[in-house]
Amino acid sequence: MEATMTNATASTAEQKIQDRTVPESTVGEVHVENPRMTARAVDVYYGEKQAISNVNLDIGLGQVIAFIGPSGCGKSTFLRCLNRMNDTIDVCRVEGEIKIDQDDIYDPRIDVVQLRARVGMVFQKPNPFPKSIYENIAYGPRIHGLVKSKVELDEIVESSLTRAGLWNEVKDRLDQTGTGLSGGQQQRLCIARAIAVSPEVILMDEPCSALDSIVTAKVEELIHELREQYTIVIVTHSMQQAARVSDRTAYFHLGKLVEVGETKQIFTSPTHELTQDYITGRFG
Amino acid sequence: MTDSTQMAQTGILDKLTPSTVAGLVGKSLTKRNRGETVFQAVGIGAISLAVVLVLILFGSVFSKGLPAFWQMHINLDVTFSEDRIKVAAAPVREDFANDAEYQDARNKWVNSLNFVNYNALLLDALSKHIPEANDDRRAALALVTSGERFALRDLIANDPSVIGQTLPLTLLADANVDVWLKGNIDRSLPDEQQQLSAQTREWADRLYAEGIIENNFSTALFMNSDSRSSLASAGLAGAFMGSLFMMLIVIVLAVPIGVCAAIYLEEFAPTNRLTSLIEVNINNLAAVPSIVFGLLGASVFILAFGLPMSAPVVGGLVLTLMTLPTVIIATRSTLKAIPPSIREGAMALGASKVQAITGHVLPLAVPGILTASILGVAQALGETAPLLLIGMNAFVTSVPTSPLDQATALPVQIYLWQGNELRNFFEGRTSAAIVVLLAMLITLNSIAIWLRKKFETRW
Repeated sequence: MEATMTNATASTAEQKIQDRTVPESTVGEVHVENPRMTARAVDVYYGEKQAISNVNLDIGLGQVIAFIGPSGCGKSTFLRCLNRMNDTIDVCRVEGEIKIDQDDIYDPRIDVVQLRARVGMVFQKPNPFPKSIYENIAYGPRIHGLVKSKVELDEIVESSLTRAGLWNEVKDRLDQTGTGLSGGQQQRLCIARAIAVSPEVILMDEPCSALDSIVTAKVEELIHELREQYTIVIVTHSMQQAARVSDRTAYFHLGKLVEVGETKQIFTSPTHELTQDYITGRFG
Repeated sequence: MTDSTQMAQTGILDKLTPSTVAGLVGKSLTKRNRGETVFQAVGIGAISLAVVLVLILFGSVFSKGLPAFWQMHINLDVTFSEDRIKVAAAPVREDFANDAEYQDARNKWVNSLNFVNYNALLLDALSKHIPEANDDRRAALALVTSGERFALRDLIANDPSVIGQTLPLTLLADANVDVWLKGNIDRSLPDEQQQLSAQTREWADRLYAEGIIENNFSTALFMNSDSRSSLASAGLAGAFMGSLFMMLIVIVLAVPIGVCAAIYLEEFAPTNRLTSLIEVNINNLAAVPSIVFGLLGASVFILAFGLPMSAPVVGGLVLTLMTLPTVIIATRSTLKAIPPSIREGAMALGASKVQAITGHVLPLAVPGILTASILGVAQALGETAPLLLIGMNAFVTSVPTSPLDQATALPVQIYLWQGNELRNFFEGRTSAAIVVLLAMLITLNSIAIWLRKKFETRW
């Protein structure tokens, strides 16, 4: 281990990027004053293969944090640990400790259903249910028993769609199928669907990668507005997007969290060379 | 590494100038186009051949089967004269203390009807049109199928007041008369090779010319059970009910069990050796010849469990076993085709696995599951081989009223009829039975298509 560390510090600009060594510990400020979620020494394995090793990270209350990094760096895998979506993969094994408001989410006493009601998720490809727009939103509140009457449910549907900036576009056709909407509207419908169960944290896995730039701008604007009420974790391939929407940025590389810090600092004066290379577009 | 790169640079790629490439592509294009034309021609040829064969099959089945729905009938005024029917007056309920005694007396009375000479009644009626009928009674009686004697008995039993009356009745002609008048036998054959005597043939022709014998649509095929003594009245009712009972058993057992098994295997089962062993076995079961399932049914359901032979309940269980792999495999592939994003979407909202499946996956899978089930049931409906081994090729003359009664099935009935000695008559009968079976299968498949359309979710 001694040797690798020396190697990392000794590496020069001439050396190939492939030769750069990923640091054993994360550079930058891992901790925040007021964390909503904390991850400590998280390792993830797919069968024998280790996908993520030793990730320590705080996710601040009411902040937007962006995960960036090259393809296959483990940022989506880590994101999916935060609401235990990796449970659905048989061979996937998560070690370490992830807490939300001091509750260990991998504690056997914690019901994954309850966790996912607190930590919502929006996927890369819009995946509305092939049901009506109303049913798409009403599904979550209904299965969790959040409402007692139709009036309350109507109210939840309206306010969720309003927060997602979709109400005015769809209020006259709530009974039409969600899959009939355009791509950007579908993604905002999925965000509204996540909001409808009043989560504390919303995870977004490359939410704009299937959308064009105009629609992307709309979704980014929405993320900006949502930060008031929710803690948001967003995985993105677009550095501009990370720079625009996030308060903090975490850079992943080969399954390790290389650097984390204020977005401004990461994009203007990254500490680690790998971050620097990625930000400046030398690889990606 | 560098050497080989340089060699490649001075190699073949440099020789390929735009003009030579254009020439070579043009040359290969003709070859490719020819290949495509041949491929298309082969495809169209294969489809045309299939269509022609199906048309020939349907043409032959329908041309033989449809005329069999019409049969020769004799219109006779039958006099139920008291001279001929010498039985006591029918018992009346009021004369008896209780139902049991009345039933007893009535059974005795109905039994006494068996001793009435119905041939004499028929001869009396025939004599009105053929005055010389009594000269050759055997030839005259050969005109009417033997089953009609029992029809006359049943008529009296159901309504004793007909005694003393004259009723215009339409009676089924004998199978051989039907064959003769429809021209299904060579009329020039010598007497010894004809099924009917010369006298009967002459009278049949005469009555047909006079309009006494008519070719009418026959309900016998649908209303009666199989018969060997009165071939003209042999019908499909028993086989139809047998098939219906088996189909119900298959629907009630195979569909829910198969669908549940498929859902468990596809969505819940852990991936381990046991699961993969079960999967391999299900796939193998689908390829097991159906007659093996018949053997299994005979040894397990009949010998070990003591269920009755020739009963639709056993047939239904055997066909259930045979249909299960089909339903499971088809349902699993339907479930596999549901995009995982739907499951993830539901689960990310906090739906449990069961909620995600029942609320989102199953509704999308319903059309596929229905189609799979109906195709499985249709396959079971047309199955013959396993039924032979559990005794469902028995000759059953009564229509089954429960799945425990002895019965046969439509495809087995077809098999039995095509082996009947009176081919001239049963060739048409067999084709008619095939038409009925085809109609049932087409109905089932139409229902499958309709359900698929009805439940299909638009994306």
